[in-house]
Amino acid sequence: MMTEAQTLPQTETVFRTQDLNIYYGSFLAVKDVSIEIPKNKITAFIGPSGCGKSTVLRCFNRLNDLIKSFHIEGKIYYHNQDLYASDIDPVEVRRQIGMVFQQPNPFPKSIYDNIAFGPRLLGYKGDMDELVERSLKQAALWDDVKDKLREMGTALSGGQQQRLCIARAIAVQPDVILMDEPCSALDPISTLKVEDLLQELKERYTIVIVTHNMQQASRASDRTAFFNVEANEKGQRTGYIVEYDRTEVIFQSPRHAATQEYVSGRFG
Amino acid sequence: MNSPELAASTIRSMKRSPSSPRTLFSSIMTAVAFLCAALALIPLTAVIYYVLVNGLASLSPSVFLTLPPAPGLTGGGFGNAFLGTLSTVMIAAFISIPFGILGAIYLAEFGGDSKLTEWINFFTNVLSGVPSIVVGAFAYAAVVLRTGRFSAVAGGIALAVLMLPTIVRTATEALEAVPKEYRQAAIGLGATRFQTTLKIVLPSAIPAIVTGIMLAIARAAGETAPVLFTASFNRFWNSGLSLNPVNVNPFTYLTQGVWEPTATMSRLVFDFATAPYKAQQELAWAGALVLVTLVLITSVLTRFVIRRKR
Repeated sequence: MMTEAQTLPQTETVFRTQDLNIYYGSFLAVKDVSIEIPKNKITAFIGPSGCGKSTVLRCFNRLNDLIKSFHIEGKIYYHNQDLYASDIDPVEVRRQIGMVFQQPNPFPKSIYDNIAFGPRLLGYKGDMDELVERSLKQAALWDDVKDKLREMGTALSGGQQQRLCIARAIAVQPDVILMDEPCSALDPISTLKVEDLLQELKERYTIVIVTHNMQQASRASDRTAFFNVEANEKGQRTGYIVEYDRTEVIFQSPRHAATQEYVSGRFG
Repeated sequence: MNSPELAASTIRSMKRSPSSPRTLFSSIMTAVAFLCAALALIPLTAVIYYVLVNGLASLSPSVFLTLPPAPGLTGGGFGNAFLGTLSTVMIAAFISIPFGILGAIYLAEFGGDSKLTEWINFFTNVLSGVPSIVVGAFAYAAVVLRTGRFSAVAGGIALAVLMLPTIVRTATEALEAVPKEYRQAAIGLGATRFQTTLKIVLPSAIPAIVTGIMLAIARAAGETAPVLFTASFNRFWNSGLSLNPVNVNPFTYLTQGVWEPTATMSRLVFDFATAPYKAQQELAWAGALVLVTLVLITSVLTRFVIRRKR
């Protein structure tokens, strides 16, 4: 239950949470999250189902605001700004902190319009064609689709759709990209492509990724937070961070027995 | 040696036996179901048959161009009633479509589980169950009595009230059927709720919304009760309309014509079918055929829209 926030990154910190408790109504979904997410690194959240890793991720771009009963205690700082301060506009937050979802969810529009959607919202005045090309190249999708930009994004394969969603997120030039199990609906080859892509993307962006796949976390991430879940006497299950450290430490010499058991595949 | 024989004797024959009670019952029930389906089709085919046979006999291009005959005279047509139905339905559409879609957007996207949403849903259901004659009476009291005359506008308002619940309900369902992943994606890209609705949710739902609107229009075009004493009837062209294209003036029609009593197809069929003169009875049949065709065309168009969506 200890967090290693103090021992963590020397690099610039993008997110810092302080005693974060997340509630749905009176139900405590996640408790005591105090971590720092470093800039230009890939941070992975792993843990068994229902441990709240996605919930924490969705706090970072205030996507949980859409759920009525949701509220938090504690603080989340984004570059030292309090994300949940009353004068923060969640729409502005989401423009800087992009998100890729578990199911590839391209809009039922052309590939081009999928990418251009975000920049158009922001009133992008530059060369849209160039931006679309650059975003697709960064997402390693350009060669697959350059001759069919006018075709529906929904007609692509699952792996291509997910890279389209990544390109769409990149197009608004965010600071951070949050990924909520981005490969869980993909086949192994598409998964590898996305993982390779992550390594390129971290040059420019800070990435936080939730994954069920431990090989993925160990292959692709720099930092790993292991979440677990415990039930109270009423049977309500509350998630918490067991351990957060460099990925090698989590996978090779974790301090907690639960982490050791999880990463070696003994439960979860 | 004994045991294989024993095993064989316990397996029952799997051959079909047509005389077994189970098979018999199944066959009889299939026949009954088929008969019921055929019986249910009889009224529908009979209606179409009679309307076709009687309507086709008196249908000619000239009926769309001429005015109804005076009692006792022959010939004539229902050009004014045809235009009257089109214009009352269009007025109704202009009123009910924006209100219906905006209402549905509120219900599906912004209302959430609030009390207001519940009440709107409740009253939409009530409204869709209100007999159309009552809707006509409402428009009579609210529009005809106030403006002091029967008019296409009054008829259009009555039809709009009738169309509204259908449009609200189908549009709400269409919006709610849009996958929430689209909304999340748009919101995750920094779209506001309004932008998400306008640019992502609404375009995805448009085919289904159009279907609902077409069905509402098809129903409204055939309604008699609401126009009976709102649009009322007119044996002549409304101001601004005429057989002679030179005298057709859309501006006059929109400023004056729509405020005059207006003939509609359904009212014409209602009046002329019971008239004692043969010419008018024949026109009623032709009018019925035109109405059925209008509804049919709308349905076919609707199917076309749905198919293009898939």
